[in-house]
Amino acid sequence: MLGSEIHRGEAPLLHSLRYSLVTTIDWQPSASLELIKARADLLAKIRNFFHKREIMEVETPICSRYANTDPSIESFTTLYTGPGAPSGLPLYLHTSPEFPMKRLLAAGSGPIYQICKVFRNGEAGRLHNPEFSMLEWYRPGFNHHHLMAEVAELVNSLLPEPRPVISMSYAEAFKKWLDIDPHNASKEALKRCAIKSGIESAHHLDIQNRDGWLDLLLSHIIEPKLGKKSLFFLYDYPASQASLAKIREGKPPIAERFELYMDGMELANGFHELTHADSQRERFEKDLDQRKTAGLPSPPMDEALLAGLASGMPDCAGIAVGIDRLLMIISSAQQIEETLCFAIDRA
Amino acid sequence: MATYSTNEFKSGLKIMIDGSPCSIIENEFVKPGKGQAFSRVKIRNLKTGRVVEKTYKSGESVEAADVLETDLQYLYSDGEQWHFMDQESFEQHAVDKAVLGDSVKWLKEQDVCLVTLWNDHPIIVEAPNFVELTIADTDPGLRGDTSGSGGKPATLETGAVVRVPLFVQIGEKIKVDTRSGEYVSRVKD
Repeated sequence: MLGSEIHRGEAPLLHSLRYSLVTTIDWQPSASLELIKARADLLAKIRNFFHKREIMEVETPICSRYANTDPSIESFTTLYTGPGAPSGLPLYLHTSPEFPMKRLLAAGSGPIYQICKVFRNGEAGRLHNPEFSMLEWYRPGFNHHHLMAEVAELVNSLLPEPRPVISMSYAEAFKKWLDIDPHNASKEALKRCAIKSGIESAHHLDIQNRDGWLDLLLSHIIEPKLGKKSLFFLYDYPASQASLAKIREGKPPIAERFELYMDGMELANGFHELTHADSQRERFEKDLDQRKTAGLPSPPMDEALLAGLASGMPDCAGIAVGIDRLLMIISSAQQIEETLCFAIDRA
Repeated sequence: MATYSTNEFKSGLKIMIDGSPCSIIENEFVKPGKGQAFSRVKIRNLKTGRVVEKTYKSGESVEAADVLETDLQYLYSDGEQWHFMDQESFEQHAVDKAVLGDSVKWLKEQDVCLVTLWNDHPIIVEAPNFVELTIADTDPGLRGDTSGSGGKPATLETGAVVRVPLFVQIGEKIKVDTRSGEYVSRVKD
């Protein structure tokens, strides 16, 4: 009881200050104790799943001298000053543990997984918190279809009720819900499609590239329909959205990338991984060009990853799963903050 | 020209859209893991009341609307316009009937209303949530019926018509909830 904390002889003003501090700062967790416990259970079950399959848990640095170059992902930065860096060494907080985990694969680790916090600047909302928990794993010898099957096994083992699995290619989904070919439609056709689909403000949106329009259509029209009572895998993305996935040659060329959706929410992103060092360098350079054009900062590309790839990384598939969002599904939470001990506004 | 970036968006923020002052009702940050970020907002046009959805690219800027909500006292009507006064600055504002809308039937001189000013012109007048008005006309009803069931229409001094219990009579003052237009209680002076 707050009232009982009045100290004998304490001045009334001091007491009222103390009282107002206690009452105005939101010190309590964002999540209920029930969900805090559900998170602990979830983490234990995930570790058990990987332990049984003899996939090794690893830890890699959160702070790195290299950063993600993806133009749509912003890193936080910090400065290390001390022995070895008298004038300060800029470090980037990782946006995913992907690069060092791939160096472990190149060093012969075999299958590995990691559970860690990752950091993305500029992202906060109903489904976003600037720091969030990620489960990432890599399977040498797998392609993206093998890995989708394993993701489905893991997720279904964690849900209160297992769900049926649906897989659909990116092109099929755009055909089905928007009647448009996402690989070949022009920027103008995509814009017309957005207007026709009821995104009224598409008239005024200044989106410079096809991928921006595809993102608009996917996030506004298609995503809300995906994974209502299923695990929905969307796979085989346009080559322009390959990120770090292998590109399968053909007409059109296809990125061997997939995403998992549940209840209209993106839950995971996986690749049949690009293993070729020169192609990886080209993609980093292209990212940095795009960043320059957009007036965004240009962080240093990961030369250590490129050296690791050059020495030979096994063919593999890898995936990142948002643990907080998975917990939202399990607990029917509507906002990510309901699953976090302390969301950004209380951090 | 003042502007807001999408990072400043929150419910209640007043922005200009297609030349009209609007208020943000809901703001959702939408972003594929690897892709373009958007702000998807629900907005109320303050002049028409219409609610629309808009999508902005994250980082875009939108013109701010010079909108102020303030308490003004209703002074009188000259039949053409309704005149209000800021009780601190004594500044007066004249309001057209179209702007008053439904609020007009609850207005009694000296009542204080929440008025939304855009570029210093009133665009919304909200009557107080509760008003006390005298009954100008109603059927005498049955004496002795205090059950309050049934009820009857009563015309108030401002011209508004509300349903009141049978025992309420001409000349009595009643309290009305202007949001629902319902009788709340009798008021004893």
